Amino acid sequence: MSARLDLLSKVLRNVFGGRLASMAMDRGELTIEVAAVDYFEIARILHDHTGLDFEQLIDLSGVDYSAYGGKPRQGKRFASVAHLLSVTHNWRLRLRTFAEDDGFPVIDSVCDLWPAANWYEREAFDLYGILYNGHTDLRRILTDYGFTGHPLRKDFPVSGHVEMRYDAEAKRVLYQPVTVEPRENTPRIVREASYGDVGHG
Amino acid sequence: MVEIRNYTLNLGPQHPAAHGVLRLVLELDGEVVERADPHIGLLHRGTEKLAETRTWVQSVPYMDRLDYCSMMCNEHAYCLAVEKLLGIEAPERARYIRTMFDEITRILNHLMSLGSHGLDIGAMTMILYTFREREDLMDAYEAVCGARMHAAYYRPGGVYRDLPETMPKYKASRFKNEKALKRLNAAREGSLLDFLEDFTGRFPKCCDEYETLLTENRIWKQRTVGIGVVSPERALALGFTGPMLRGSGIAWDLRRKQPYAAYDQVDFDIPIGKNGDCYDRYLCRMAEMRQSNRIVRQCIAWLRENPGPVIVDNHKVAPPRREKMKGNMEELIHHFKLFSEGIHVPEGEVYAAIEHPKGEFGVYAISDGANKPYRIKLRSPGFPHLAAMDELSRGHMIADVVALIGTMDLVFGDIDR
Repeated sequence: MSARLDLLSKVLRNVFGGRLASMAMDRGELTIEVAAVDYFEIARILHDHTGLDFEQLIDLSGVDYSAYGGKPRQGKRFASVAHLLSVTHNWRLRLRTFAEDDGFPVIDSVCDLWPAANWYEREAFDLYGILYNGHTDLRRILTDYGFTGHPLRKDFPVSGHVEMRYDAEAKRVLYQPVTVEPRENTPRIVREASYGDVGHG
Repeated sequence: MVEIRNYTLNLGPQHPAAHGVLRLVLELDGEVVERADPHIGLLHRGTEKLAETRTWVQSVPYMDRLDYCSMMCNEHAYCLAVEKLLGIEAPERARYIRTMFDEITRILNHLMSLGSHGLDIGAMTMILYTFREREDLMDAYEAVCGARMHAAYYRPGGVYRDLPETMPKYKASRFKNEKALKRLNAAREGSLLDFLEDFTGRFPKCCDEYETLLTENRIWKQRTVGIGVVSPERALALGFTGPMLRGSGIAWDLRRKQPYAAYDQVDFDIPIGKNGDCYDRYLCRMAEMRQSNRIVRQCIAWLRENPGPVIVDNHKVAPPRREKMKGNMEELIHHFKLFSEGIHVPEGEVYAAIEHPKGEFGVYAISDGANKPYRIKLRSPGFPHLAAMDELSRGHMIADVVALIGTMDLVFGDIDR
């Protein structure tokens, strides 16, 4: 597997040269990061180039990096991460791009290359509010009809903002502000680097 | 001049053929579907968000509740992701146990899917037959972890405990006399492996029974042959995996191409279809069950011969044995820290995928070095399949939409997450 990934990284270097913002091999997986302006073009080459042949978009998801490592984040907040698979060459690639503007994140849509991206981009829009430029049907997909906010953003509380209850007098379901208090049973802790390492202690 | 308008029909969310809570808005021209717009999310529980607020181990039971027809496979992908992040590997015996239970799960899932697919399009008997065998496999689940469905048996680093030496037995009741009890408990006198060996011995015959019901059945063929045809190129573009992809003739199976657990040690074939229609996918699933049966038999033989640990001996990842914990301060601290604070997973990101009965189930996990995931993205196989509903159903009749839902093997716990 790793010999194959070496070959893939070589091919990628030949094809793209300096256009990749970064390329990293970690735990047997290859990740490339590209600038938002190059994203569509690079995706197109990954899809069409005969030495790469990424026929399948396995997964596409949004990520909100604003609370990463428990520290205030320097740099851009929203990323769109695509996992590509080539059935011909049996290799995988992770393709990440950050949206330029944190307040109004826009990333090009890859629906034209992989129709499978359609729903994945709707999902990322729904959960993170990332707008996909060129997507023809960017509606919410998982959340309720009439939902406001983007639930997987780090500043969205787990308990949400509204709750639903049946009102016997009004004889219908009503929305009201949540009555549950958010609580954390186990605090989130980032320890020093060597703490709890496998093989340590 | 007569004005002809398309008719919009709302199918579901409470429709018996909708396999849960699918709401399909169909635009019809007479009885022909012009456009299908699936509305999903009615079973959205926010698993990904919840996982961010739980420790790594606490999320394992959430995985069972994703695709509630193939519980252990979901756990497997999650555990593989955590193990990959930690850089550890489960002991060999655990890998064989996982392989065996993945295949049991595959049989469970396919029995459910074929049974309900038959039920949807008019073959009522099928589900009665398949649920008979499902019951035995559920008992295997129960024997190994105590729960019939939501197992939480796979853990990061291995499996929770070794295979049991006894099987749960039927007890006497008003409805079961001595004779019936004896018959029911005949295969349950020995260990779990004996029980499974007995099962795998009779399962090929059961498959033959299912085939006599459906394979050459005229009505079944009329309802499935030539319905929902997907070309291999389209199947790839639409992100299909599993039987949906193999039904179109592409021999792609992660168990073979990117082996995990003990799949590189066992012998099995990958059935593929030819025409890419509902009937071919049905045949693929049927053949896959027979192959799974073969794999289970090989695993049983190996597991009988090779005792050993089933979970890693690293107490930063797996809890110490109960007896040791009771008598040893060090182990007590490990136990306490593990179940209160949880595993500390090094910073990084991984994508771990397995060949789930429905297709490729993947877990994309990002860790920022904390005791909880930073982000978990669950790649469910049903999601892209359902996304293709519009394309597949165009030009078909309403009744064929039901056949398509059946062939996609949709489970909403998995799609809505």
